[in-house]
Amino acid sequence: MSPLQKTAAVILCAIFLLMVLGTILVPAPHFHQFRDVPNASPSTAHPLGTDALGRDSLSRLLYGTRVSLLLAPAAALLSTMIAALLGSAAGFLGGRFERIVLAVTDLSLALPWLFLLLTVRAMLPLDVPPMVSVVIAFLMMGLLGWQASVRVVCTAARGIRDSDFLLLARSSGCKPARLVLCHVAPNLRSLFYAQFWISIPLFILTEANLSILGLGVMEPMASWGNLLRGFEDFSALGANPWRLVPLILLVIVVICFQLVLPSQEVTQ
Amino acid sequence: MIKDEKITKLPWNALRRLLFLLCLGIGGAFLSATLVRFAPGYGVQERELDPRWSAQSIEALRQKQMLQEGLASYYMHYLSALAHGDLGESDSLKRPVRELLRQRLPATGKSVVRGLGIAWLAAALLASPGLASRGWFYEASSTAFSSLLLSLPSAVVAMLAVQLRAPVFFAIGVVVFPRLHRYIRSLLVRSYNQPHVLAARARGLRSGAIFCRHVLPIAAPPLLALLGVSFTIAFGAAIPIEALCDSPGLGQLAWQAALNRDLPLIVNVTLIVSLVMFAANSLADLTSRAFAGSVQ
Repeated sequence: MSPLQKTAAVILCAIFLLMVLGTILVPAPHFHQFRDVPNASPSTAHPLGTDALGRDSLSRLLYGTRVSLLLAPAAALLSTMIAALLGSAAGFLGGRFERIVLAVTDLSLALPWLFLLLTVRAMLPLDVPPMVSVVIAFLMMGLLGWQASVRVVCTAARGIRDSDFLLLARSSGCKPARLVLCHVAPNLRSLFYAQFWISIPLFILTEANLSILGLGVMEPMASWGNLLRGFEDFSALGANPWRLVPLILLVIVVICFQLVLPSQEVTQ
Repeated sequence: MIKDEKITKLPWNALRRLLFLLCLGIGGAFLSATLVRFAPGYGVQERELDPRWSAQSIEALRQKQMLQEGLASYYMHYLSALAHGDLGESDSLKRPVRELLRQRLPATGKSVVRGLGIAWLAAALLASPGLASRGWFYEASSTAFSSLLLSLPSAVVAMLAVQLRAPVFFAIGVVVFPRLHRYIRSLLVRSYNQPHVLAARARGLRSGAIFCRHVLPIAAPPLLALLGVSFTIAFGAAIPIEALCDSPGLGQLAWQAALNRDLPLIVNVTLIVSLVMFAANSLADLTSRAFAGSVQ
């Protein structure tokens, strides 16, 4: 690990710690309204001020960080598991199954991801409770974001298909399911980790885009995307620069994830 | 021998892609029809709840709906209409989807092409001189700049564009640029590290000659393939950018359709975009293969 990667990892750990301790640090719940002080400037009571509805910005930022940083890895885990299962099976079994999986993958990769997400989101009801909207947003990303990883996993699995240890296992009477689970998957573990780490910043950014467009996490729930919706009035940012904090935090986290990622040789 | 084999396989590959595109169109049409048919709220006409409509008019509406009720007849009706270029009617805008697509596609196409032009130019210009001169400061600062842009959500770039009164295509270029820069840079690093390129440098060839004669022929096929992928990225970026910049394009149309749960519109827009994207990717892939074959 290079010094830059170590620094990025430390920053990420600090932000995760802040997220966990958020409930102790925050002055009020994220949805609590201080109606007498809307759009307030930073003060000791409200270190990052309040929003237009009088909600404490620091509370919302910490809660939003928790939502984004817990659910993006959860969605990444789901998509990596789907990619691992499909990619390993396709690469190991080969033949028609591999061709079908790769054709579906190519097709999905050719389609802009946001169009697909919007189509699926349009199928689901929009007037759902905020917590359900959070689950829908991240479940959708997890279930639809596996395509790029499948291709990489499939190529790697194909590479070890004819290896000696698999030949030995096969000649010992190992069944295909056991071969995939006990022999192919453990050898691709580093690749799965890499794909998992790659997916996290992608999902964080996608959630931000969807929430800004009003199709992701719904109010009054906080997420980084929701907090960035306040940027529509950029002219107000000059007078209230502390409102840039959610964007700065998002950029720092995404850059740190990019830096912590394993070397390109592993990910390609 | 290998070159001949690759070149003779090209028409076959093109034919296969064309067949796949046709199957994709038919499969996509079936899927679209299914999604619209089985979505909650299908068949319920808002007008039926309007007290101003007479009982006779409501009955006529229901009769019209009955014509499409059976599943088989629904599919037949949908596919025959599609064969005649009829993509249905938008629920929210009350206008034919075909007409909406004809209006919006050129606007998005123009923005995407211009944005890609800017992004490719900037990415190529920033990636190549740094590697040719091997200046660490230039390389580090350009990588940091592209990483920063890569960390910004497209919607935030769109909001910045609105504030700075920048055109839509510029915002698309800003979103696509870091992705291209990163890939082009790693591709050029790999090409510059090839033994024959190192030998050419050791013999004192000028950097321009090395780039044109030795690096570009290796890097060109993947770059051509990247051209197809960049179209997909740019179309994806067009949704938040057009929606927030209030640009009347396909991205804004898809966003409005999703917000209004206008399934006939969003499903058909997605189908058309996927067909266009697949055709663009196939074309880029075939050109890249043809070029790789001719270089070998």
